Amino acid sequence: MTENHGRAPAVASWVGRRWGRAREWIARGVTWGCASVSLLALGLITVYLFCEGVPVFRTVDPLAFLGGKAWFPTSEPPSLGILPMILGSGLVTMVALAVAVPFGVATALFIGEVVPTVFRNPLKVAVELLAGIPSVVYGFFGLVIVVPWLEALLGLPTGQTALTAALLLGVMALPTVASLTEDAVAAVPNAWREAAFALGATHWQTMRTVVVPAARSGLLAGVLLGMGRAVGETMTVLMVSGNSPRFLPSLTSPTRTLTATIALEMAETPVGSPHYHALFAVGTVLFVFTLLLNVVGDMVGHRLGRHG
Amino acid sequence: MRTGVKLAVGALFVVAALGLAGVAQSLVIKGSTTVLPIAQLIAEEFAAIHPAAVISVQGGGSGTGIAALIDRTTHIAISSRAMKPSEWAKAVANKVYPYHWFVANDAIAVVVHPTNPISRITFAQLRAIYTGEIRNWKDLGGRDQPIVVVSRDTASGTFESFKELVLENKEVTAPAALFQPSNGAVAETVGRTPGAIGYIGLGYLNPTLKALPVARDAAGPFVEATRDTVVAGIYPIARPLFMITDGFPTGLVLEFIMFVLSDQGQRTVEEAGFVAIRRIGG
Repeated sequence: MTENHGRAPAVASWVGRRWGRAREWIARGVTWGCASVSLLALGLITVYLFCEGVPVFRTVDPLAFLGGKAWFPTSEPPSLGILPMILGSGLVTMVALAVAVPFGVATALFIGEVVPTVFRNPLKVAVELLAGIPSVVYGFFGLVIVVPWLEALLGLPTGQTALTAALLLGVMALPTVASLTEDAVAAVPNAWREAAFALGATHWQTMRTVVVPAARSGLLAGVLLGMGRAVGETMTVLMVSGNSPRFLPSLTSPTRTLTATIALEMAETPVGSPHYHALFAVGTVLFVFTLLLNVVGDMVGHRLGRHG
Repeated sequence: MRTGVKLAVGALFVVAALGLAGVAQSLVIKGSTTVLPIAQLIAEEFAAIHPAAVISVQGGGSGTGIAALIDRTTHIAISSRAMKPSEWAKAVANKVYPYHWFVANDAIAVVVHPTNPISRITFAQLRAIYTGEIRNWKDLGGRDQPIVVVSRDTASGTFESFKELVLENKEVTAPAALFQPSNGAVAETVGRTPGAIGYIGLGYLNPTLKALPVARDAAGPFVEATRDTVVAGIYPIARPLFMITDGFPTGLVLEFIMFVLSDQGQRTVEEAGFVAIRRIGG
């Protein structure tokens, strides 16, 4: 409203101002509402998980549940020990990280430090696409290609092993590790690199002694979130790990993870039975673990934001 | 005029009553996880013909379903066994008179890779394999090759049947046994793994698998897993599946049972991987 021809435009501008303010309030309300819905969902899921999981301790005491070695949920009476699955999840996750971290960090350094700027964005998109492949596709690929290949390569009776699951999970966690590390590398000020070059450091020395140490909190956040991805992944593991509920300390034997146990048995478990509550308790254990990983990962990541 | 109004009001009441009755047509089916897939598939088809019917299908096991029938909290109990004398006594004391309908055959085929030279197997050998006592095919007269034991997940009806009929309720304790989430996944794994042995619903047999003739003991007879041997009642890893009602049913419950027994219902039984109660034309 640049001109003023008496009352009518004045009213219009008053309405306009009012509308502008109202719009602000609506926008604020909508975003506030959306934020609280996701918080509420998290709260409700947490409460529900605990409410459905805790009753299992009427059948089995917490120590026997977490430390028990036998999982025969449909026996009379049932044996509900999840230690083999905790160990299975741990083994598969650690080996997956051993794959994802070196490859992820190297990918990030290549994208951030080595490759000419023209190729930087296409490469970043390619890595992100890797994260977009549905897990069932990874599982199917694993079952049809990786399982027979490992069988032939290592002369195993079956290729459905912990190693198979770990290799696939490693590839699946790679984009998380790579993109978080890449962000951290990009946040390292250029002046530091130039200073290193000015002191006579080579490209490799600069990366090793300046860029990586400066980006370490982002790198650590990437590792932790990648770990969360590997622990929580279900479909792929269910399809290729063999799901044997006895833990064998060998990478070339079948194994079973916490997530696969829930997916495998939930569909046909009678609602309200000890088995049903045990599966929820397994979910609670997973939830607590991934929550811790995310919180720690986030804290480490924030430190990067402030100091990077 | 007044009669016209009365008639109109009366008609309205009738329509309202019919509408209510339509809404209230509920059917509760509860029990065995083995029969559950059959009940669910047939309930879906039945609901398509009876849009007003509200059908609820719940698992919980045969015992749970039968208990619910005795408590009158379900219309139909689905069960993988006939009622026990103790259950009969409870039912009759509660003035519930159970009526068993034989609706399907649950038959399980034991399968190996087609290249496996083993040609037949006994229950005792299967128990030894699934509990980990025998771990190499050469102990059964086959090749020198480790046995890859493949089982269904412990929550499935197929596992439950196999455990009861063959394993004498022992658990699968073979150390590196593979547990698969579906009959299809068992078939897939056994078809791809030369040293594997598995078990699947008869309806899931395919040419990439070799079904072994089985016998209760070494004296035989070894019976092949086919629809004919199952329907004839001579295949040993098979059992009848039941739907149980309170007395001879009426109304929606009767219609549902008749639908299960019809050719269409029995074809659905076969689609779910079970064997029909009679030979049906394709």
